[in-house]
Amino acid sequence: MRRQLQTMRKSLFDQGYLDEQFVQLEELQDDANPNFVEEVVTLYYRDSGRIILNIEQALERKPFDFNKLDAYMHQFKGSSSSIGAKKVKAESTLFREYCRSRNGEGCMRTFQQLKKEYATLRRKLEAYFQLARQAGPVETACRPK
Amino acid sequence: MARNGGVTWRRTEKIDGFNFSPTDSTEEVHVLAVDDSLVDRKVIERLLRISSCKVTAVDSGIRALQFLGLDEEKNSDGFNDLKVDLIITDYCMPGMTGYELLKKVKESSVFREIPVVIMSSENVLARIDRCLEEGAEDFIVKPGIFGRRLDSGAVAMSVPCARG
Repeated sequence: MRRQLQTMRKSLFDQGYLDEQFVQLEELQDDANPNFVEEVVTLYYRDSGRIILNIEQALERKPFDFNKLDAYMHQFKGSSSSIGAKKVKAESTLFREYCRSRNGEGCMRTFQQLKKEYATLRRKLEAYFQLARQAGPVETACRPK
Repeated sequence: MARNGGVTWRRTEKIDGFNFSPTDSTEEVHVLAVDDSLVDRKVIERLLRISSCKVTAVDSGIRALQFLGLDEEKNSDGFNDLKVDLIITDYCMPGMTGYELLKKVKESSVFREIPVVIMSSENVLARIDRCLEEGAEDFIVKPGIFGRRLDSGAVAMSVPCARG
């Protein structure tokens, strides 16, 4: 099970879902705080879920308020970045570029893609943490690469 | 490098080292962390606690001022059992920005000696300059709170760690 966990973890990095920042979070975890990463990620879901809803609502109002959309995405990108959500962060950056160039089509398209990536990441992380809990406390995670 | 009564904030070259140490080593460093992001607040709180600091984390500049006793509602009259040794604040926040908070702190005769460190996810030179000019101790590019190399090879920033 431990091996399965390591394989799962490695593939999250290899496939570009997570970046170095996630490792940094893992390094803040210890025996006294064994669920720190999962707690942070759970906060992230709460926070980012709210922002996604706000963006959805904002995209229903025409004409688009690009400044507001950009501000929301700035927040979303920030927390995604803080947990190492690499693909999600990339879509956020793209979305913000479309906001700046006032490209509504681009925003909508990118937002759909972003939601997909977000859902995928969430699914994979939930599986990962579930397995981690079953496997029991792990020693310091090895760095990918 | 700057010094106030309680804390020296010193940038080191090592990837894991901003060190800041209380000049009075019997007391824990008390950091006021200001960030509107729930996620970032949790992370920075953890980081600082690992570094043996006492942390008060608030979600806005206004609350930071209230905590310090600097807000306009009540007059600060020696609200000072909760001595703050260092303020770490996000730059981009709704309402009061980190820059505005910095200015308020530096304008205060009581609190101006407290080192203020600004964090931002955006590496904007003009912004950095403005903050440093206003008296910020340092400027940190997120999420490199943990020590991270920029493409240029320089270390963006590092973990604050308290030394006894």
